[in-house]
Amino acid sequence: MGYGQTKNSCLDCHAALPDRLGVTQEKFSQDIHAQKGLTCVSCHGGDPDSDDPDKAMSPKAGWKGKIERKQIPQLCGSCHSDPAYIRQFNPSLRTDQLGQYHTSVHGKRLAAGDAKVAVCTDCHGVHDLRAPSDPRSTVNPVNVANTCARCHADANYMKGYSIPTDQFAKYSLSVHHQALMVRGDLSAPTCPTCHGNHGAAPPGIDKVQNVCSNCHAFQDQMYEKSLHKAAFQAASLPGCVVCHGNHAISYPTDAKLGTGPDAVCMRCHTPGDKCDQARANILADLVQLDQAIKGADRLLGLAESSGMEVSEARLAQDQARDSLTKARVTIHSFRTDLVDQDIQAGLKIAAKNLKAGKEAMVERARRRAGLGVSLIAIGMVLVGLRLYIKKIES
Amino acid sequence: MFATLRNWFDERFDWDDLIAPLRHKTVPTHHLSYWYFLGGITLFLFGIQVATGILLLLYYRPGANEAFESVQYIMTQVRFGWLIRSIHSWSANLMIFTAFAHMFSVLFLKAYRKPRELTWVSGMLLLFLVMGFGFSGYLLPWNTLAFFATKVGTEITGQVPIMGKPMMIFLRGGEEVTGATLTRFFGFHVAVLPGLATVLLLLHLLLVQRLGISVPPKVEVQWTANPSAKREMTFFPNFLLREMMAWYVALGVLGVLAAVFPWNLGVKADPFVPAPAGIKPEWYFLFMFQTLKLIPSKVWFIDGEVLGVLAFGLVGLLWLMLPFFESDQPSNMKRWITGLAVFVLAYVAGMSVYGHFAK
Repeated sequence: MGYGQTKNSCLDCHAALPDRLGVTQEKFSQDIHAQKGLTCVSCHGGDPDSDDPDKAMSPKAGWKGKIERKQIPQLCGSCHSDPAYIRQFNPSLRTDQLGQYHTSVHGKRLAAGDAKVAVCTDCHGVHDLRAPSDPRSTVNPVNVANTCARCHADANYMKGYSIPTDQFAKYSLSVHHQALMVRGDLSAPTCPTCHGNHGAAPPGIDKVQNVCSNCHAFQDQMYEKSLHKAAFQAASLPGCVVCHGNHAISYPTDAKLGTGPDAVCMRCHTPGDKCDQARANILADLVQLDQAIKGADRLLGLAESSGMEVSEARLAQDQARDSLTKARVTIHSFRTDLVDQDIQAGLKIAAKNLKAGKEAMVERARRRAGLGVSLIAIGMVLVGLRLYIKKIES
Repeated sequence: MFATLRNWFDERFDWDDLIAPLRHKTVPTHHLSYWYFLGGITLFLFGIQVATGILLLLYYRPGANEAFESVQYIMTQVRFGWLIRSIHSWSANLMIFTAFAHMFSVLFLKAYRKPRELTWVSGMLLLFLVMGFGFSGYLLPWNTLAFFATKVGTEITGQVPIMGKPMMIFLRGGEEVTGATLTRFFGFHVAVLPGLATVLLLLHLLLVQRLGISVPPKVEVQWTANPSAKREMTFFPNFLLREMMAWYVALGVLGVLAAVFPWNLGVKADPFVPAPAGIKPEWYFLFMFQTLKLIPSKVWFIDGEVLGVLAFGLVGLLWLMLPFFESDQPSNMKRWITGLAVFVLAYVAGMSVYGHFAK
């Protein structure tokens, strides 16, 4: 396979060739395979010891020439599906990529003769292929959406596939993209997180919940308890996507429970029905807790800026905020009694903190009153001293 | 009642004879006399520090796991604990300010001249001690700002050639700022520095008592030319009563600061989190800190920070010896010291303001 080979005459010529055939030593040295000791021969065959191009690229020497697109997965898989071989370089690297690829839309279409679909090199690159953990890699979490978009956002290229090409544009607006690119959270979802990588395919309407629950486990538990699950399944609706969308998932605000432009409940429910009343109650509860937390925050902030020691209450505010977050998660059960439990717990904490804030403000007023009395006393002493000095000096 | 008590003391200790020096002591009266109050105000604030410091000691527990919590307890649970701690912190800052003001007033009024050279030296040493009080006391609440300011401060000490590293390790009680540093600083703050300060303070007061109050050269010349213009007041009770008025004003200012702007406790120090951005020392070290920041990393072949630390050490030493550079002949009185004092005051004030606003 060329592993450990020292001489490589291929690069002597190909370094000087134009674009499509050109591979410089500098470029190839960036490739993870080159760094692990593999050479051109490992994929293309031939005789790298010969300086004669005819001998070096002789079929007798096993030269394969340019690898056909449809052969690429199989060629890569010849090593990457061999656990014993891969273990020498990276024992934790998976070896099921080829098997997964065969189950993907890409793999199936390739097998059906569609050469336009993605093969290994389209996503990973070729001749300067880097490990996914390398930030310069085309499949690094921060780059992979752009890599997918190279085809999937190209309306001309995707013509004939009957799928939209606005996924990347929508994803760029999403809370997931913001988490990844703005907050720098590398665990935030990007295309392969939901679609899979080598086995890339749409999750399927009835399986969306399973995809989202990989991260949003608590929401999933609540949704399992809800009436919506059965209703959505019966109507063949795609679970989470019904309310949150897919690629353009925005930050979920309480307005989703409202009746304004961002509202989602009223897309299906009738105003005034039982569910609408439950929705209104849940929303009112959330608003109440949110306001209670903000009110306590304001007062504690004022007390703190006045130098009052309210750090314990400030810390306890996080517990109230946790209750609000928990209530927002519990919404996925669509049960007012469960949401109310979280709301009441949060309200209790917020009320206690508000009380601490009020006490701090009372204490502040008491201190200032004490200061006033002290200043009057000091002023009187000063006047007395001045009069006494005047008296003894007259 | 007061007369009976006075007679009782007089019979046993000859009270009148004991306070005679105070009765005979006089204070010159002229248009610059109000500068004489600064020393007394600094002494008053030192007294406040001692009193509030002792009260804080009743609850404060030195140690990385207890210091912050004990100060928090003082601030929230102990009756008037917030007031005592705030007054202690504000009084410390005011004391450093009045000590600096006192030093510059002595400089501008030329009160350091012969025969008061040792009064100046003892006063300067007291000023250094006061800054030491500030540096050591700042760490004691064990909050984030104090932790990193101490880290930076002790690191600067480590820049001194040869002795720097051992000094830094001595101050820190190890390679890093830890609970050992806190215990050490507590020891300096409540035992070593107060002991030294008491001795120096007594010496300083003794010298002031022995040598009397200096009169500015210009006033001295006027009084020599026209002896009838000379004005004085007795120290006891006339000057002392006025001084007490200044103390009461200082007390009022302290009360306002403590009640309206109680000293913030901050967040407990965590050695494992990165230093907050733009960490700065207390305002009285800011001019030195900002200067060190502005010095290039290399000046010729010398490390910039080392050069800065050495320069400040040398300037401090020369400042301490300043009276010995002054001629004792009024006719040859060198004006350069006054010029230098103006420059240094402008530099310290300017760099402090610049350091405060610089990012």
